[in-house]
Amino acid sequence: MATSMFFEFLLDSLPKLLDGLQVTFLLTIVAILAGFLIGVTLALGRIYGNKIISGICIGFIEVIRGTPLLVQLFIIYFGLASIGLVFSPIQAALFGLSLNSSAYQAEYLRGSIQAIPSGQMVAARTLGMTKIQSIGTIVLPQALRISIPAWSNELIYLFKYTSIAYLIQVRELTAEGQIIASRNFRYVEIYLIIALIYLIFTFIISEIVDRAEKRFHVPGLGVPKRASWLRNT
Amino acid sequence: MRGLAVTIELTLLSMLCASTLAIMMAFGRSYGKQPLPFIALIYEKIFRGIPLIVIFILVYFGLAQIGILIDAFSAAIIGLALHSTAYQIQIYRSAINSIPEGQVIAAQSLGMSKLQAIRYILLPQMLRLSIPGWSNEFTIILKDTSIAIAIGVVELMRQGRYVIVREPSVALYILLVVALIYFIFVFTINRGLSYLEKRYHISGLEITKAR
Amino acid sequence: MPMLDVKNIHKSFETTEVLKGISFSMEKEETKVIIGTSGTGKSTLLRCLNQLDPPDEGEVWLDGEELTNPSIDINRIRQKIGFVFQDFNLFNHLTALRNVSIGLEKVKQLNKEKARERAMDELKRVGLEKQINQYPAQLSGGQKQRVGIARALAMDPDIILFDEPTSALDPELIGDVLDVMKSLYGKVAMLIVTHEMGFARNVADEIIFMEGGVIVEKGPPKQMFQSPTKQRTKEFLGRIATLYGAE
Repeated sequence: MATSMFFEFLLDSLPKLLDGLQVTFLLTIVAILAGFLIGVTLALGRIYGNKIISGICIGFIEVIRGTPLLVQLFIIYFGLASIGLVFSPIQAALFGLSLNSSAYQAEYLRGSIQAIPSGQMVAARTLGMTKIQSIGTIVLPQALRISIPAWSNELIYLFKYTSIAYLIQVRELTAEGQIIASRNFRYVEIYLIIALIYLIFTFIISEIVDRAEKRFHVPGLGVPKRASWLRNT
Repeated sequence: MRGLAVTIELTLLSMLCASTLAIMMAFGRSYGKQPLPFIALIYEKIFRGIPLIVIFILVYFGLAQIGILIDAFSAAIIGLALHSTAYQIQIYRSAINSIPEGQVIAAQSLGMSKLQAIRYILLPQMLRLSIPGWSNEFTIILKDTSIAIAIGVVELMRQGRYVIVREPSVALYILLVVALIYFIFVFTINRGLSYLEKRYHISGLEITKAR
Repeated sequence: MPMLDVKNIHKSFETTEVLKGISFSMEKEETKVIIGTSGTGKSTLLRCLNQLDPPDEGEVWLDGEELTNPSIDINRIRQKIGFVFQDFNLFNHLTALRNVSIGLEKVKQLNKEKARERAMDELKRVGLEKQINQYPAQLSGGQKQRVGIARALAMDPDIILFDEPTSALDPELIGDVLDVMKSLYGKVAMLIVTHEMGFARNVADEIIFMEGGVIVEKGPPKQMFQSPTKQRTKEFLGRIATLYGAE
């Protein structure tokens, strides 16, 4: 293909792709935030809850982590529809991605909380803090800082895995590409562009989070490098 | 349950390809001469930055467009392997890096060549150290095979969908069964591999366990 | 012709010149001890000899072969030069026995059974017949170092280089290792970097005092300890005596 034709093609498809990218971002941001809130709850429930609460949290986390995201999205979108609970594709995707991410985030957080010496909790209690106060003011802030690298991984995974929402008809980046490509069969061109878009943004996200990590660094509160090679989703 | 067999085949074959490729690249990155480390690094950055589904589509439709026709099953294996390799390089690399350099020096001072030192001293230690990361990756690949539905591989997930299309009223039930099957597999793999880890455990040879 | 001949070795790391022209030679089954303050290039010298850190300048000859010649098969030569490390460098995934036998199997191409027997003999020789199936992490520092010595011995080297073999050990474990080394006297050539002055005085045929990348003085222990000719040597030995207690 001639260069000029390629650019024409690029200009034609770019607006559609940017629409898709917006949806991708929406999914990512909502899922990471909602997943974070649910994840914190799950982690605290798992560690500090009584037997029943802790059991429920463990069960939820294990089931979510033990099944593919796609299956979860299908259950929410097709499965629940069959018993009368109908979601739009985007609702189903937001719901599914948030729940999925919450289980992984809960596990990171749990690791971080358990990495904090128990003496911290004891010291807080001897100051007269309640258990909830100690968790909220002493343990959790430290744990959150330690979690930043894992959390940044999660953000990037989520950004990439929102592409799966395409399979339940959400019109995000990958889906828009499919629509364009099915019209003119230029799969290579369109998907190389999409790949490039994903690459650029994963790079930008990891740069931003790296900066954040340095910014919130507290001397002596080291991040154990151990889990950096594990992927989560 | 033909879909299940396909899922398992996909998982095992792509795991095999990815591990082999990743081990070579990991050694290339740590012990190879330029440009080997650089190539491995670029490979890692690229394939970690692109969603699996996009890789699938590029491999399947992309290769077809330039005249190389392969079936969806092969395309899925290639896609999964390319993707997983990028992650596994890190697993093996951190294992290699946690082995003290003195081990290689000692091997060389016994008269071993660099390749012999890698083969007899580094590789066995690296493989044992990688088991936790490797088992984690195994379950991820298993789950990721479900995405092969995007290019029409008839694996577990697609089989489930066929049934749903025929009888929409039981969709939830069918999907829950599919989920259960995945769950059982993931659970079994995790258990099996942590048994393996204990079995081949050597005291003093461990990596701080993640999670 | 001496067995080992070292001629005018120079070695720099980046801009610092660590070795500034070292020459000495050793005969078969001779034992020499190198002493001197830390950071004076003693360990680097040992690594220059078996080409782990090839010297920038100068020659190393062993049995009439020039090791500094780039075309030589250094892996063949290294079998003839045993090396005992300060921090042991045992192979962590192998038992004591396999640590000793792996070189025999993979480098000397002995069959498994022969390699095993030989490794057993060497471990017996260093007094570890009970520990053959233990992994490095299950051994004490002194035991680890004795495995390290057995591993070097098993290759039938012409010479063994010891790089501060007892520095990483607790004081009460040093004796066992030194005893093993003493028992090797006269059976294999040894070049030992150490701070154990008592050992140096009793075992060495010659003592080499190094400082600032050069050999300041060398001679038989008696002469070195009682009437060193150089002022630097006197000062060093005086300091060592106060540090480690006079002998």
